[in-house]
Amino acid sequence: MTAVWTSIAVVAGVNFAIKAAGPVFLGGRELPDVLVRVIALLASAILAALVVVGTFSDEGELSIDAQTAGVAVAGVAFVLRLPLLVAIGLGAVAAALLRAL
Amino acid sequence: MGYRAGLRAGAGFALPTFVLAVSFGVLARQLGWGVLAPIVSSAVVFSGSAQFAIADVLGAGGSAAAAIVAAVLVNARFGVMGVAAASAFRGGRLRRAIEGQATVDASWALANRGGGRFDRELMIGATLPQYVAWVAGTVLGVVAGDAIDPEALGLDVLFPAFFLALLIDELRNGRQHVAAAVIAAVVAVALIPFTPPGIPIVVACVGALLGLRGTGR
Repeated sequence: MTAVWTSIAVVAGVNFAIKAAGPVFLGGRELPDVLVRVIALLASAILAALVVVGTFSDEGELSIDAQTAGVAVAGVAFVLRLPLLVAIGLGAVAAALLRAL
Repeated sequence: MGYRAGLRAGAGFALPTFVLAVSFGVLARQLGWGVLAPIVSSAVVFSGSAQFAIADVLGAGGSAAAAIVAAVLVNARFGVMGVAAASAFRGGRLRRAIEGQATVDASWALANRGGGRFDRELMIGATLPQYVAWVAGTVLGVVAGDAIDPEALGLDVLFPAFFLALLIDELRNGRQHVAAAVIAAVVAVALIPFTPPGIPIVVACVGALLGLRGTGR
């Protein structure tokens, strides 16, 4: 539980600072172009890693299971331009059905 | 546009936000966070991606440090969004710092007027319904958590699927984003069996640097 509260407190503080930094310090100013582009790509890299870890990692082992299938279904639905909630819902239903079989 | 238009626009995101928050509450409860921690987390962190990252890393047995690094890196994008929207904020530093907290993905995108201009009132207005939905959904998830088996309902799919949806949106921004994501995914898969949880996500950030270099610009 200490780890949970520590994580919440620190992330809340850093998150506040991250969101405040632009409006407080950089009103109207421009960052070096290269830096902005790297930070912009950071979101893609981190999201990809989060998807991979959340989908394929099961207690430190690589695994492909009903959850993997559900995430794949949601991804396909989202690529087909279904609304976010519908796409995620379809993924959850797919995983639930696979487990119920 | 103004606050009122923002509230209307933000209300459209309230339902998906609510459902994601319920799933966060359920999962946090299942991970043994108790009743208070998930709710406080939603009230003070107010970030699905960061909170799921914390739950993800701690739930897989990672340390607080790994969870914090993962969550902060996930939220680094808000720094860029804040820089982009900085000129729209008014008043003293404290007021600008507080109003900057309205920076969330959907609201920032809604407030983007193109050409580097942002509608500050719209962004704040759009964030308010999402905040209420986020905290209320977490409360429901925590309270109903004991009655719900997340895996039987497929709820463990929700947050990787949410990240995947955000990722797919990111990838629509061009080839550099695809390169960064592919490199990051490969690095993460390669590291999963060999490193503590959270580390694959941090190391995968090299994908951002290599993605920029790899496309030669």
